[in-house]
Amino acid sequence: MAAEQGRLSATHVLEYPYRRSVGPIMGQFFTGLRDRRIAGVRTGDGSVVVPPVEYDPVTGAAVSELVDVGPLGVVTTWAWVTTPRPKHPLTRPFAWALIKLDGADTGMLHAVDVGSAEKMKTGLRVKPRWRDERVGDIRDIACFEPEGS
Amino acid sequence: MSESTKPVTAIKAPVHLEFSYTAGRASTRFLHGMAEGKILGQRCPECGKVYVPPRGSCTICAVPTEAEVEVTGKGTVTTFCIVRIPSDSLSIDPPFTCAHILLDGADLPFFALIQECPFDEVRMGMRVEAVWVPKEELGPTFESIKYFRPIDEPDAAFESYKEHL
Repeated sequence: MAAEQGRLSATHVLEYPYRRSVGPIMGQFFTGLRDRRIAGVRTGDGSVVVPPVEYDPVTGAAVSELVDVGPLGVVTTWAWVTTPRPKHPLTRPFAWALIKLDGADTGMLHAVDVGSAEKMKTGLRVKPRWRDERVGDIRDIACFEPEGS
Repeated sequence: MSESTKPVTAIKAPVHLEFSYTAGRASTRFLHGMAEGKILGQRCPECGKVYVPPRGSCTICAVPTEAEVEVTGKGTVTTFCIVRIPSDSLSIDPPFTCAHILLDGADLPFFALIQECPFDEVRMGMRVEAVWVPKEELGPTFESIKYFRPIDEPDAAFESYKEHL
């Protein structure tokens, strides 16, 4: 058989079924999600980082003071997804966005379901759409949606 | 309400990549060879090294490898590892042994499973041969070779494969 007879192509799947321990600080963030709360952490200069980090990004000191933020927030930057992939959180076009939750000083990445790219904008006020069945995972927030919807 | 009130200590974070692999000209030749029960390699026109499986070029001399060479399924274990950790994706139960096998006439070892031998008796220099799936199950895939098994030959001398470790 000559190579010219047929180009060979096959689908491959590469998968690592990781389970990750989250530690005491991130653990509180995930536990909070299960109860519809979004927690951040206060760092040495008084700013609130969401999702929480375990160490102060400026001084490197361990952090301990958790504060609830949101649930409303504002879109600070975004990218539109025209064709969602199978593992994406939404099946229709949506935006990946950095959302600065009320009381937070940093943006959290999540999906925003706004219907069309024309309706998406920086400065949009959004709120989380919670899943009914929550397990303590970032996907407990199905997505964010405009505040008035 | 939430199902549980216990603090969350771990999350599932799987990595999942689904992709389409298209074989190039050299790999296509090799895979069609597999479907015929043949192991095909390519010889570098400059250094003479035989690559199995072929990649279409010699990475040392940076020249295309066009001359096709058929090698037999016999070879020598250069290095090996014993797998003791179970995984859902494995079709056999650990412990088992995988080895780098330098096929006779080839210059690049080939990674394969060793069977028909206790897992802890595999050793460097051990002589082995390919065991193919039944003829009607041959296909353009590495899986046409089920595994390698020991053959009744004295171990190869370390000098014969030390350049291939």
